[in-house]
Amino acid sequence: MKTYHRPRSIFSADDPMRGSISAAIPRLRGLVGSLLLMLVAPMVWAQPAVIYDLGGKFDKSFSEMAYTGAKRWGDETGGRFLEIELQSEAQREQALRRFAERGANPVVMVGFTFATTLEIVAPDYPETNFVIIDSVVEAPNVRSVVFNEHEASYLVGVMAGLATRTDTVGIVGGMDIPLIRRVACGYALGVEAANPEARVIRNMTGTTSAAWNDPIKGAELTRSQAAQKADVVFAAAGGTNVGILQAAADEGILSIGADSNQNHLHPGSVLTSMLKRVDNIVYEAFKGGEAASAGVSVMGLANGGLGVALDEHNADLVDAKMKAAVDEAFDAIASGRIVVHNYTDDSECPANS
Amino acid sequence: MQRTMSDRVDIVLIPIISLFLAFSISALIIAGIGEDPFEAAALMVSGALGSAYGWGYTLYYATNFIFVGLAFAVAFHARLFNIGGEGQAMLGALGTALVALHIPWPHWSLALLGCGIGAALFGAFWALIPAWMQARRGSHIVITTIMFNFIAAALLNYLLVNHLRPEGSVAPGSALFPDAVHLPTLHDILSPLGFAFSKSTPANITAFLSVAAAILLWFFLWRTRTGYEIRTFGHSENAARYAGIDPFRITLIAMGLSGALAGLMALNATMGESERLILNPTEGAGFIGIAVALMGRCHPLGIVLASILFGFLYQGGAELALWTSIPRELIVVIQALVILFTGALDNMVRMPIERLLARSKRARSKA
Repeated sequence: MKTYHRPRSIFSADDPMRGSISAAIPRLRGLVGSLLLMLVAPMVWAQPAVIYDLGGKFDKSFSEMAYTGAKRWGDETGGRFLEIELQSEAQREQALRRFAERGANPVVMVGFTFATTLEIVAPDYPETNFVIIDSVVEAPNVRSVVFNEHEASYLVGVMAGLATRTDTVGIVGGMDIPLIRRVACGYALGVEAANPEARVIRNMTGTTSAAWNDPIKGAELTRSQAAQKADVVFAAAGGTNVGILQAAADEGILSIGADSNQNHLHPGSVLTSMLKRVDNIVYEAFKGGEAASAGVSVMGLANGGLGVALDEHNADLVDAKMKAAVDEAFDAIASGRIVVHNYTDDSECPANS
Repeated sequence: MQRTMSDRVDIVLIPIISLFLAFSISALIIAGIGEDPFEAAALMVSGALGSAYGWGYTLYYATNFIFVGLAFAVAFHARLFNIGGEGQAMLGALGTALVALHIPWPHWSLALLGCGIGAALFGAFWALIPAWMQARRGSHIVITTIMFNFIAAALLNYLLVNHLRPEGSVAPGSALFPDAVHLPTLHDILSPLGFAFSKSTPANITAFLSVAAAILLWFFLWRTRTGYEIRTFGHSENAARYAGIDPFRITLIAMGLSGALAGLMALNATMGESERLILNPTEGAGFIGIAVALMGRCHPLGIVLASILFGFLYQGGAELALWTSIPRELIVVIQALVILFTGALDNMVRMPIERLLARSKRARSKA
């Protein structure tokens, strides 16, 4: 079985400790090494684990960001981590329990759907630290990480409102769930703030989880929005985004990516991307310490958990005026001068359009 | 019933050869991606059948498959190809959830009965609409039932996002069912008898219900007048009509029963496992049910056995996903190979064997 793997030596080649010890007491090196191995093994080799939701890990979006973070940890430390892509709902609890029983620590879950299960499982494994992204679970061994997506979608909404020439912008969401409605609401509020004349066309790709991975339908919706005169389309649909961005590029209109920086996919067509730094969450949690201890982290614009992507691929699209408006809105939200309405608080969106 | 030699070959030998072929090709593929197929096989077997924990999950999956497999089989005996088991089971889950959430049940046994009626009625209702359209309007049942799967998914999504979701929750799911409707798990049932069964597995009392349903269905199909009529109708609609069997009635009975059985799957998945209504309560089991029923030759005993095989594939696959780097898509490939060989490529094994048997019989009769 390929579960546990042990490095050949406990000192890696670039470890500064290696030279000093081996130079001083070369003959004892092996002995010291094996003693150290026995002492620290339980702590050092508690493998971290990450559980991806049913969407799979290579979704070019949310889960893939988590994988990127885990991989970055693996590349930097040379450590191995456990991972599983769920295939069924029943595996949710199963994977949590199996990883916890095998001593994996911390166990990171990528997605709000784990919340109910984790509430049941966490008390059974007080020694294991759990990290859940996008939901809050109150337990002494759970770190909950939530994102204020409405803040970042407000920012991209401001950019869309300023960029539109037709006073019509669109958003293509993934599955019609409260989380995506929250994003759509923040976006509409941002558009309204920047351009009160603008109209927002909203579409969702679907009502089943297939909506997260349906680029063809995403492209159709984008074309239909373009036909309704929308000239900026915000893609908030996970793996469906590739189709939305492609269709926007084909139609010669602007698009906005989400989760990871998707500006490079169609330079000159992707206005910006709403960034959700899930990778940092996983990376920090794997490193241990506070990020894997109990508590609630609210990631927003102020603490760098969210942002908008400005790079060489969209530099030509973002003029000084737009940049200034975004910076101003960023500061206003980060300092609390503007509070963007959160759809999931009351299931209503105050945007007019 | 007298079993002939070729019957025994049909039921035992051919499925075993087909399985062997499917697993051999799977092994080649696993070796092809650089993993050890024998290790993988050992991990699957020990993970799914080697412990109470493994059995707990294997039986949980098998229970789902038995219900939807029986559902497909009863319609298929009337030659109605019901591929709407998925949607009917979703409606069953909705019925279960509404009954469990809105009636203050004093005890789980009453709740099981109540939820069972709710699940069966909702599932049957969802199957009866296409059945009526088939019987009266001639709308083909394959088309309508698959369409109804999508309508069911959209309906469930609408209700979960807009009505059943507890205030403030982000996830599209209903509130948890009250404690009183918690079904006893196999651990709860077996520990007073002295068996230590794994505590954290989802297998529950509905596993026994599914077997009871299989026995009842066998009795219904082969020992009652209506069952006979269903099978007659399936073999020849014209003959059935000539014998005075009402096609409209048979279509509605077969499909209604089929939908009700599919709906009952929710007792295991929704009431027994998630204990709340979730967005995708069936997870494709409705489609696996078709494969299970075809593999089990639409006979209840065959369906139970095929369901346990697929339960093993699901739970063994989960263990592979947990502890090896075999991607989950490959586990689907293994499941697909089993379906391909036992269902679609059945004649590839059957024909040479039948020829072989016929030749040996001829040789014997000559001698």
